[in-house]
Amino acid sequence: MTVVKAVTCPVCGSLCDDIELTVEDGRIVKVKNGCALCESKFLGYNSEHRLLKPLIRKKEELVKVSWKEAVGRAAEILAEANYPILYGWSSTSCEAISLGLELAEEVGGVIDNTSVVCHGPSILSIQEVGIPSCTLGQIRHRADLVVYWGSNPWSAHPRHIERYTAFSEGRFERSAWKGYLNKIKASIVRKKIESAIRRVFFKGKPSAPSNIRNEPPSTLQKEGRKLIIIDVRKTRSAEIADYFIQVEPNKDYELLQAFRALIRDQEIDVDTVAGVPVEYLEEVADLMIRCDFGVLFFGLGLTMSSGKLRNIDAALSLVRDLNMWTKFVIMPMRGHFNVTGANTVFTWQTGYPYAVDFSLGYPQYNPGETSVVDVLLRKESDAALIIASDPVANFPKAAAEHLVKNLLIVIDPHMNATAQLADVVLPSSFVGIEAGGTAYRMDHVPLPLKKVVDPPRGILSDEEILRRILAEVRKIKKRRAEES
Amino acid sequence: MELLIRNGFVYDPINGVDGEKMDIAVKDGKIVEKVNERKARKIDAFGMMVMPGGVDIHCHIAGSEVNSGRLLRPEDHFRDFERKTAVTRSGVGYSIPSTFTTGYRYSRMGYTTIMNPSMPPLEAKHTHEELSDTPMVDKASYPLLGDWWFVLEYLKDGKIEECARHVAWIITSTKGYAIKIVNAGGLEAWGFGGNVQSLDDQIPCFCITPREIIRGLCKVNRLLNLPHTIHVHTNNLGKPGNYITALETMKCIEDLATENKPIIHITHCQFSAFKGGDWRTLESGAEEIANYVNAHSHVTLDMGQVIFTDTTTMTADGPFQYTLYELSGNKWVNHDVETETSAGIVPFHYLRKSYVHAIQWSIGLELALLIKDPWKIFLTTDHPNGGPFTSYPRIIAWLMSRKAREATLKKINPRARSRSLLPSINRELSFKEIAIMTRAGQAKALGLKGKGHLGIGADADIAIYNLNPETIDPSKKYRIVRKAFKRAAYTIKNGKIVFKNGEIVKHLDGATMWLDVKVSEPAKISEDMRRRFREYWTVECENYPVTENYLEISQPINVEAKV
Ligand code: SF4
Ligand SMILES: [Zn+2]
Repeated sequence: MTVVKAVTCPVCGSLCDDIELTVEDGRIVKVKNGCALCESKFLGYNSEHRLLKPLIRKKEELVKVSWKEAVGRAAEILAEANYPILYGWSSTSCEAISLGLELAEEVGGVIDNTSVVCHGPSILSIQEVGIPSCTLGQIRHRADLVVYWGSNPWSAHPRHIERYTAFSEGRFERSAWKGYLNKIKASIVRKKIESAIRRVFFKGKPSAPSNIRNEPPSTLQKEGRKLIIIDVRKTRSAEIADYFIQVEPNKDYELLQAFRALIRDQEIDVDTVAGVPVEYLEEVADLMIRCDFGVLFFGLGLTMSSGKLRNIDAALSLVRDLNMWTKFVIMPMRGHFNVTGANTVFTWQTGYPYAVDFSLGYPQYNPGETSVVDVLLRKESDAALIIASDPVANFPKAAAEHLVKNLLIVIDPHMNATAQLADVVLPSSFVGIEAGGTAYRMDHVPLPLKKVVDPPRGILSDEEILRRILAEVRKIKKRRAEES
Repeated sequence: MELLIRNGFVYDPINGVDGEKMDIAVKDGKIVEKVNERKARKIDAFGMMVMPGGVDIHCHIAGSEVNSGRLLRPEDHFRDFERKTAVTRSGVGYSIPSTFTTGYRYSRMGYTTIMNPSMPPLEAKHTHEELSDTPMVDKASYPLLGDWWFVLEYLKDGKIEECARHVAWIITSTKGYAIKIVNAGGLEAWGFGGNVQSLDDQIPCFCITPREIIRGLCKVNRLLNLPHTIHVHTNNLGKPGNYITALETMKCIEDLATENKPIIHITHCQFSAFKGGDWRTLESGAEEIANYVNAHSHVTLDMGQVIFTDTTTMTADGPFQYTLYELSGNKWVNHDVETETSAGIVPFHYLRKSYVHAIQWSIGLELALLIKDPWKIFLTTDHPNGGPFTSYPRIIAWLMSRKAREATLKKINPRARSRSLLPSINRELSFKEIAIMTRAGQAKALGLKGKGHLGIGADADIAIYNLNPETIDPSKKYRIVRKAFKRAAYTIKNGKIVFKNGEIVKHLDGATMWLDVKVSEPAKISEDMRRRFREYWTVECENYPVTENYLEISQPINVEAKV
């Protein structure tokens, strides 16, 4: 039995690197420090859907073949394609991504990562406005105002609040955890009393849920760190917040513009914006101006609600403008553990963070045209390599329909929906568990991923698989050049 | 492989060779006395100039700030791209080229060694990953240490030796090469949106001043025996009147100097040589700085020359970048790094017709021309802050030719022209002086023993330019000079021809140099250190250091510290 310390969790963009794993007989048996998502990944990754042999489609059927045959077939598909796409990349290591870019350049394809279906709009807005940001530790040490907008960290990034924001201990700011415990206790007592009253007077008929946003925001006057959640629904995160603003669906832009007006001291002559009374907004705007260090995290709730680009433009501008008054930063809540790394490696090698088209022999970028979704919707691609992603399950239907008409190569540890429809399936090891590498946290801090246990026999890492395909593609191209 | 470069005019200032016609022999990547003439591959350099490969002491080419710049500016890349060839990778970018392209473009100009000057220690892996993807050149990086909490705390308590041990630890852990100080103390203050205004301002919450930080790290540098000096971006950079701060910074360590050796490098000095009360009354402070530098031997500088072009500014100086955003209204990126430093990025267009920009252009050249000793001032643009490194040949032309300066002077803002000192300066630099300012002097200041010269045993990093000093008068034919430096006839790296006939003929990965600083009692990763680690950073101390596998080719340099 060995204990491996300081393991980086390959699940979400928080990339907690303090996980302790106990390994027995080559199996992980215990996880310390991780959240529920982390535990279920480390303990449950090796499920029955695990792929253990390379597969090739022969006569409509996926059959087991040798690595040599599978890699050869994959290379052949890519080398012969007119316009291949290479997609995924956000759940693998930077080292694998780097090889992917080299491969895409070699075959003149389009390479894209999952940003295209998540924070793509955020990136486009950053390219318009810029972004005042920082590393997460800066927030832990200094932030006395933490705002999450359209994001539910408690469920999607479970340790984010505890490690980096409201409940963390910093040099200049203390954790708000104690206050939260008191609040929870109080609310449990209140709920008990309420239900007792209900039982007595209404014979168990539950009352309508109290509309939290009508509660006067007295909590905002408290000392120390404050946590505000802005969302369309009351999530778990909202329950622990000092203040929850429930914005009407698709009205985020109005609310952002209202804040921008308020911090510029402009009057708003309506009573409510996006369903929120203006007095409350004034209160919050005041807090934003008066804090020592504020941060706005935004999630897909903001990026993907109607307005997309406009929303993020407004959020970035709001935060930028707040810097006239105080220190204020903003950060997208990235989901996949290495989507930031994918953007980063893409950018240093090609100049662009996603949607890169190599068909002319140099990187071209025009999201809306060079993203894989666009290429698929135009039905232009004839081959595809999918790695660490399941686009058949996630892409718009029309795009997925064209995708499966392509000659399709899948690199994944699991039999997912895309793999089932593939022509070549290359089983890979789990990055960050069975293979090492590097990943970038949502704030761009690079962290090493550890190889903790061995993969099943005969299973290769993403990196190794890509290296073999690339070498094979070059051989085929050389042969062809010699023939002609 | 053996190589013989014949009959070139050799400029090797470190070895006292000034344009003499001679052969250079190369074997196994080093300069040797002689090679077997029949077996060696021969380059006929008749009528050409042979110099050591170029060395750049300060250019932002890799790491998180550079990459945020790339991401921020697709418009910088659209029209400037390089296709994949049989030997090269593709890439894009004018002011912030992608990594492969950066390496190829340096090689094209005959440069073989470049220094990336600002590495946030926490993100050092990122810097090294990019450096490993920057081919054709040897490289190194300077960790940003002037606002690191450990430094502030130890120096405040007067624990110089303890500070030195931790600096040794962080330089070695981040695979760094020199101590970089940017706006000492100002970046910590920027954590809450503040800044410092003078060398004697107290840094909020840390009870220490910029003067104490600079002096302290200067002493640490000496204790550790580092090959380069402290590398300083001054306080108040980019503010009118800041030449006084620059002078004070040089003065504040005057008493620490010994044996006439440099102990401080003031980087991109142009940005710290502003006289005048505000932007309207801005003037050049180059003369005052040059006078001081001419009278003292403990300082080296680099220019930070401004080019009239559209570029991208990026420094660790968060508050300065914010001011630049306010002035320009351009898009702005800020990236503060916990416990250590900050960074900012703003696109910027230097215009001939702008009074301020034209004055800045003039200041850079004035500094280079008024400082008499070329071993004290080096040619840089603080790439990409003053302009992209690809404009170096243009600067060489300005330095070598009064006529070239006048041609540009004619086109700049008239008020700036009337204030410029350039019309009163007759000096025109020689090829030897250019060789010092673009390679020999830089290598010497960096303490790079095998670089910047062509003596026996030196690295065979060589540039051959198609220029005949016997027939070309650079003062008149400055355009020809510019063209020749833009595209070397040959670039030789590690004894191999990598660039010729206008093309990269060989893709070669350069080494990453870093200091393995040996102290007698290394800073231990004790329980106390672990605890502080957890308190200060949000990563585990095991995961902090850059392991050697992040360096494509690792070249440690052993340093025996005096502590
Ligand atoms: S918060 Fe995210 S990174 Fe951290 S342990 Fe949970 S799933 Fe892993
Ligand atoms: Zn610089």
